[in-house]
Amino acid sequence: MKKYLLILALFAWACGQHTTTTETAVDANVPTGGQSNVEDSDSQPDVVKIAVNSADHTTLVAALKAAEYVDALSNAGPFTVFAPTNAAFDKLPAGTLETLTKPENKEQLRTILEYHVYVGVLTETIIQDGMKLNQVSLDNVTLNKKDGKLTVNGANVLGSARGSNGIVYIIDAVLLPPAKN
Amino acid sequence: MKTKIHRLLTLLVIFTSAVVWQSCKPKAPASVAMGDAASKAFVPPGKYDEFYNVVSGGFNGQMSIYGLPSGRLFRIIPVFSQFPESGWGYSEETKPMLNTSHGFVPWDDLHHIALSTTNGEHDGRWAFGNANNTPRVARVDMKTFKTVEILELPNSGGNHSSPFITENTEYVVAGTRFSVPVGDKTDVPISSFKENFKGYISFISVDPTDGKMKIAFQLKTPGVSFDLARAGKGKSHGWFFFSTYNTEQAYTLLEVNASQKDKDFIMAVNWKKAEEYIKAGKGTKSKAKYAHNVWDEHTHTGVSTIMDEVLQLDPAELKDIIYFIPCPKSPHGCDTDPTGEYIVGSGKLAALIPVFSFTKIQQAIANKEFEGEFAGIPVIKYEAALHGEVKKPGLGPLHTEFDAKGNAYTSFFVSSEIVKWNVQSLEVLDRVPTYYSIGHLSVPGGPTKKPHGKYVVAYNKITKDRYLPTGPELTQSAQLYDISGDKMQLILDFPTTGEPHYAESIPAELVMPNSVKIFKLEENKHPYAALGEGQAKVERKGNQVHVYMTAIRSHLTPDNIEGVKLGDDVYFHVTNLEQDWDVPHGFAIKGASTAEVLVMPGETQTLKWKPLTTGVFPFYCTDFCSALHQEMQGYVRVSPAGSNVPLKFSTGKIDDQSSGAGQ
Repeated sequence: MKKYLLILALFAWACGQHTTTTETAVDANVPTGGQSNVEDSDSQPDVVKIAVNSADHTTLVAALKAAEYVDALSNAGPFTVFAPTNAAFDKLPAGTLETLTKPENKEQLRTILEYHVYVGVLTETIIQDGMKLNQVSLDNVTLNKKDGKLTVNGANVLGSARGSNGIVYIIDAVLLPPAKN
Repeated sequence: MKTKIHRLLTLLVIFTSAVVWQSCKPKAPASVAMGDAASKAFVPPGKYDEFYNVVSGGFNGQMSIYGLPSGRLFRIIPVFSQFPESGWGYSEETKPMLNTSHGFVPWDDLHHIALSTTNGEHDGRWAFGNANNTPRVARVDMKTFKTVEILELPNSGGNHSSPFITENTEYVVAGTRFSVPVGDKTDVPISSFKENFKGYISFISVDPTDGKMKIAFQLKTPGVSFDLARAGKGKSHGWFFFSTYNTEQAYTLLEVNASQKDKDFIMAVNWKKAEEYIKAGKGTKSKAKYAHNVWDEHTHTGVSTIMDEVLQLDPAELKDIIYFIPCPKSPHGCDTDPTGEYIVGSGKLAALIPVFSFTKIQQAIANKEFEGEFAGIPVIKYEAALHGEVKKPGLGPLHTEFDAKGNAYTSFFVSSEIVKWNVQSLEVLDRVPTYYSIGHLSVPGGPTKKPHGKYVVAYNKITKDRYLPTGPELTQSAQLYDISGDKMQLILDFPTTGEPHYAESIPAELVMPNSVKIFKLEENKHPYAALGEGQAKVERKGNQVHVYMTAIRSHLTPDNIEGVKLGDDVYFHVTNLEQDWDVPHGFAIKGASTAEVLVMPGETQTLKWKPLTTGVFPFYCTDFCSALHQEMQGYVRVSPAGSNVPLKFSTGKIDDQSSGAGQ
């Protein structure tokens, strides 16, 4: 199989902070790039771009990249994404994230990220107190809405942003799927 | 208040950083190193493709014919939508084909294709297509590539779960997407869904000799949404499997309310059992109004008949026809493998694929392993019917097709990829991305007992940057993958017309030898045909003027017509006298509010024209037919209503000796 040497400019999420250039061999049969690569500065940003563009979500974006989940969330959706802030990730026990982002733990990381994603757009007006959502990971989260305050599995919703393919709720804790028997 | 401030700040961050983000994005669209791909998709000039690819046009209401592996478009066959290019739905002969119980319906949404089979293998006779909006099923004759029959479906609210067929094309099924109130009680509150709304599945019988369709029976089922279906085959012949969603029976904001349950159902139908009940006289005849439109290939005319009753069976009372099997998360695709043993349910919101076993379903029924009932129908225990689950194959599985080697290919809309997996072991073997957001996929012969394999085509919903942009509205993209090896290889990326929703492919040798070249003039029984120039004439019947016109290279007869008056309806019945392959003639007249008509060799088609002003109106042949095509023309003189200009017609008659050939 022919190998092609491509010079890939790898852009960090916070472009301009540090840009690295590296050489990677790409298998001739492996297509590269999904919808996240579409060049479009006119359309409303999708849920991934919302996270990418938020200084508060650099850890989440790094995790999405490690789990190769960026393209899925750049597609048509529709999605409701619960996006833990950097501070939320910092609350995890020391070393958790480092372990999860190792290539051999990709599936586990993906499951955790999938526990933050619901297929369907749930705007705040639709959400009812006690509503259960069956997430992409196939586990449920519970939404609560009391005195105008929204929580998911007890994590506080700090704000929301509407993207082209869904809605992002910013939360202050990482949601962990229930342990499987 | 605090939340609001935070939200504003967040949005501010988003918008300011959006500018930064855009400026540092990769500039080239995603591309693929292609290797030997080009040679695999290349069909040399003058050579034929290996497969006919019959593709639904989705919202264009038509079917289109492509070649595989080249991806070249050969033809668009008008089916449910008017097509001014050929006059389909505009000519007097084709208008009845679009007649319904709602009157003339000039558009529809054609989602799925089913190619006729004998013993579960493609036989190359007919292609069936469904109308999603005003429920109908159409049959296209693969000899003429023409729509020859359209049958409307009563008691249906959207014919999505259609037109899937049984092994020997005994039946075409049609399941409703929307449950609706039926019968005498249709003016009911929408909120009375549970009480009054019903889902109906029609089993349409197909005459094995001429293909004529008839609603054999309808099954009255609970008010849910039917999505897709596949017939059993081999050992499961006699059964049909339908996916359902909205078992929540929601009637508003289905986006949320139809996704409440972890599981909906696959509905297994024992249609042989239904046949037994009918033989035993258990069916009830019910009033229903629906159109049945049939094309006559000798009169070249469609005839629409309004039917008034259907035979119905109630499976809640007549036991053993229907069983439900729980299936996770709004199942969409419901596909049976070539052996007929495995039924693949695809929960479109799920990240797993359950595979059910026909043998286990039969055992579960025999042992009454039910978890309860839904609207009087037994629900089989999930585990009792399950062969196994493909774990974490991707996100949003939609449809599965098969090769001849025991492998399945499933499309994933949300994660935009095709995943290859082994039906027995349920092990994921390979995955490829699609560009972007694949809906259906198609393996030649993939839904049959004998898949031809070789390729899989991805029919995508999102195009974005794949081709040169054409503004907000883009063509839809398809990708062709070679599946002959262990790994799928992308070999072609091609644009398609309409919304290519689903497709089937059939080896060229099963279709090509039967393709009709001309219609024989001596078999033309059209009542207004002029089978030679000597028969060309103009007749007045009250305020109707009938022009029996002929077309042959390179003149129309008659080409001078006078005596038409304001208030007249003029019918140009154009017979193409050519008996030569690929020499159609067309006809159009200035000011016609319809379209042109294209007339195939030996055929007669009629354009109705109502002149609105007096004067002389040009008409001409619209299909470039010869070097003197531009001379193929004529005039109609239109006089005031009370005028005494006599009716006359001619071709080549020169009254003024000072002009033209008279000089």
